[in-house]
Amino acid sequence: MDSYESTHQHIASSRLKDYFIGATPLQKRLESVRKQTSFVPTPPRRKIPQCSQLQEDNDPQKVAFLLHKQWTLYSLTPLYKFSYTNLKEYASLLSAFIAAEKQKGLAVEVGEDFNIKVTFSTLLGMKGTQRDPEAFLVQILSKSQLPSENREHKVLWTGWFCCIFGDSLLETVSEDFTCVPLFLANGAETNTAIVGTWFQKTFDCYFSPLAINAFNLSWMAAMWTACKMDQYMAATEFLWSVPCSPQSLDISYAIHPEDAKALWDSVHKTPGEVTQEEVDLFMDCLYSHFHRHFKIHLSATRLVRVSTSVASAHTDGKIKILCHKYLIGVLAYLTELAIFQID
Amino acid sequence: MSVLRPLDKQPGLNTATILLVGTEDALLQQLADAMLKEDCASELKIHLARSLPLPSDVNRPRIDLIMFVVNLHSKYSLQNVEESLRHVDATFFLGKVGFLAMGAGQESHCSIHRNTVTKLANTYRSPLFFCDLEREGFRATVAQRLVRMLQICAGHVPGVSALNLLSLLRSSENPAPEDL
Repeated sequence: MDSYESTHQHIASSRLKDYFIGATPLQKRLESVRKQTSFVPTPPRRKIPQCSQLQEDNDPQKVAFLLHKQWTLYSLTPLYKFSYTNLKEYASLLSAFIAAEKQKGLAVEVGEDFNIKVTFSTLLGMKGTQRDPEAFLVQILSKSQLPSENREHKVLWTGWFCCIFGDSLLETVSEDFTCVPLFLANGAETNTAIVGTWFQKTFDCYFSPLAINAFNLSWMAAMWTACKMDQYMAATEFLWSVPCSPQSLDISYAIHPEDAKALWDSVHKTPGEVTQEEVDLFMDCLYSHFHRHFKIHLSATRLVRVSTSVASAHTDGKIKILCHKYLIGVLAYLTELAIFQID
Repeated sequence: MSVLRPLDKQPGLNTATILLVGTEDALLQQLADAMLKEDCASELKIHLARSLPLPSDVNRPRIDLIMFVVNLHSKYSLQNVEESLRHVDATFFLGKVGFLAMGAGQESHCSIHRNTVTKLANTYRSPLFFCDLEREGFRATVAQRLVRMLQICAGHVPGVSALNLLSLLRSSENPAPEDL
């Protein structure tokens, strides 16, 4: 009896192992839901952002408006029956919706003239692999009252949707869905809410704010410090929040970017990749240096903001990208976080 | 440096002692209060410590169960627990040690990935509980669990030993913890 049980267990467990190795991401996810384990264990290593092939096609001028702006991050579930050929139609529908919201109660016709204009456009080159859907941009512009055509419209609100290296999500959705899990918005919060409501109603999707926790912020700090830069525009800065009564205390720590890079180089071992141990060691060096001088354990506080020459991120889900070269790399990590939040 | 051993002292009559190790003093105190409120046939003694080793000059009863409390919001608490684990004898890990991870609910405040504590618990072959110690309801539930576990580890439950309980808890886990 005992030998039968033990061989049965052995067969079951080896079958389970094979199942795990050959399984598609969807099967793995079902398996882990059944076992109630978390699906994405922290990856032991990630690639350092490099200049990707597709980015070479990117015209720096066209995406310059994406840099040096503070974006609020949201994660977005896949859009149902979204089509890139209907962008003009979506623009007029959204424009009418915004007008209706602004003048609640009055009847509105599509195509009527109001003070605002909405544009939908695709952003070429903002993708990680060829499989990623095209990124697209929505802008709310204020229309000038004067009939002259030369007046430039003032941009009131910008939002763009993208998907960079979103393979794990793309594999699990059917043809009718468009996956653009990362949404970035700049402008008034009311406009973001209105646009969000319209998208949710039209494409049956769901927005949720993307918060970045301290764990991911320290990964970002390490990855962005690891990026090779020709010249550094800003110091590397960290901000911690200390929970204490009556008001919380903020600790800010700024390092010369070349010193940060030197520290990273001394910690870094495998070329081209960042591992969990290296991130932990990098942060521990900063913590122990601070402790030696101020006798404060920064590891007991919460990392709230990281700012480097590549980009800066805040835990509330705000990001500012400063370097065109690593735009795709930064977005790839954010897409990963967004996909993780959707799951 | 004194190392904690499970059987180096005589047990007290009908007494069960638990040692809670962690940096979150206020919350450990509240957990201890919740445990003392529980209905229990044995006399409960709860020791709180920030870290190990414990001072050796104090006369304390035999410790039946050690719970290491890690706050997922603070890397410092994890480092503290890892340091303290060195001062525990290997025979303690036969069912008399457990890990309690708090703060997993607030994902946005987490500095430690959940898998880090899961790996730690797997390395030491000990059970891991997740609990939000700040909420009274959850705290009462985990206090109940700890009291039951403590009674078993102290030998006050006939027919079940700490090692039995450990193998029962482990069989429901992931069959290949090494993959994590």
